[in-house]
Amino acid sequence: MKKDEYKKLAKETAPRSPVLKDCLFAFLVGGAICTLGQALRDLYTMLGAETELAGTLVSCTLIFITVWLTGFGVFDRIAKHAGAGTLVPITGFANAVVSPAIDNKSEGRVAGVGTKIFSVAGPVILFGVIASAVWGVIYYFWG
Amino acid sequence: MSVIRLKNSVNIISSASVVGRHEHEGPLGELFDFWDEKDTFGMETWERAEAEMQRLALSFALSKAGISGDSLDAIFAGDLLNQCTSSSYGLLPFNAPFFGLYGACSTVVEGMILASLLIESGHFSRVADVVSSHNCAAERQYRTPIEYGALRAQTSQWTVTGAGAFILTNAGDGAEISELLPGRTIDLGINDPADMGAAMAPAAADTLVRFFRETKTSPDDYDKIITGDLGSRGFELMSELMFREGYDVSRAYTDCGMLIYDRKKSDVHSGGSGCGCSAVVFGSHFLREIEKGELGPVLLIGTGALMSPLTVAQGQNIPAVAHLVKIVKKGASL
Repeated sequence: MKKDEYKKLAKETAPRSPVLKDCLFAFLVGGAICTLGQALRDLYTMLGAETELAGTLVSCTLIFITVWLTGFGVFDRIAKHAGAGTLVPITGFANAVVSPAIDNKSEGRVAGVGTKIFSVAGPVILFGVIASAVWGVIYYFWG
Repeated sequence: MSVIRLKNSVNIISSASVVGRHEHEGPLGELFDFWDEKDTFGMETWERAEAEMQRLALSFALSKAGISGDSLDAIFAGDLLNQCTSSSYGLLPFNAPFFGLYGACSTVVEGMILASLLIESGHFSRVADVVSSHNCAAERQYRTPIEYGALRAQTSQWTVTGAGAFILTNAGDGAEISELLPGRTIDLGINDPADMGAAMAPAAADTLVRFFRETKTSPDDYDKIITGDLGSRGFELMSELMFREGYDVSRAYTDCGMLIYDRKKSDVHSGGSGCGCSAVVFGSHFLREIEKGELGPVLLIGTGALMSPLTVAQGQNIPAVAHLVKIVKKGASL
């Protein structure tokens, strides 16, 4: 069989992901995380935090919860159903930093955790920093 | 390369399987010799755990055969980790000549073929064939960190935590290897590491078609035709490829990757994979049935996807290989 013919066969017969179910779970879990975020924000504001500080505290709390759930091996069990629902909020980024750190602690603090902690999240940080620098230049001259 | 029919019998006198908790909870769970609740086997790292699994598997196989490690003429062993360290570290205590193999998940059959040829040549009389894979060690090397949360593709497979050991000799009872066919590396353009079943099916079909044509036999001449770890995805494609070549394999064909887990209950998608998959399922299930005489001639086809994380990142295709051995109850092939 030729490559093109086989690739066509493999494509046609591949079982499809349950897109509707995945979208529904992503919507529900992602929505629940954002609702929790909003509730926390209201709580921090009620406790006297300024709007901007309240937002920072919400991020810190969600990151803390994710790190904790990742460490106890629970986060990936939720995420394998939630998909984008846990990936898109700040929870996905926190998990992407902590999980390689846990994995690589067997190689020590420097060669393991230090070297590999950004192996998944590194591109997000790099291109995020570049994009913000470019935007800063635009804002400085034309903002 | 043509089918090699062994003139002198090569016997599999004993085998042993060591698995993790997930595999123990599967439908074949009770058949395995040893399992560990935490998958760590008392070790601090996953890599050491996998090496320990190889040590345990070979220890059990040797004690079942009633022989010691230093009476082995050679060990052929392999695993999935870089530089095959689970094998070299795990089998260090046996003090036997060591050959490290890499055939990805086809390694157990690759080892059987090489061991059989060397035993038949008369240079070796006792050889061990040992392989392993560990889900956590493999995931962190090949894919994402263990605790990283993401959806998995429907075509993806679950790396089996398992180690299998076989003792092959020039004399003994039980099952014997009677025919061999080494596989060719095949690339039909699949480059998705989450679709290894599709990458490996053409190699399995290539080997099996060549075997049938050369031996002038058909699927009906065998009680079981067993592939290593194509999973349900590769099983469907393999059946289709064989059908297009004029062979209906539906009666006898099965795949170890589809048997090791309860695929309805456990979230393994297409099924199990890894060196340990075919080794523990064949060693603990099919080999015992052959020894008891419940199963007639069997074709075991080890299937391996030969990519590395680097070739995947570079977008290269995934070549695959499939080695075949025919195994029968001693005396049945005469």
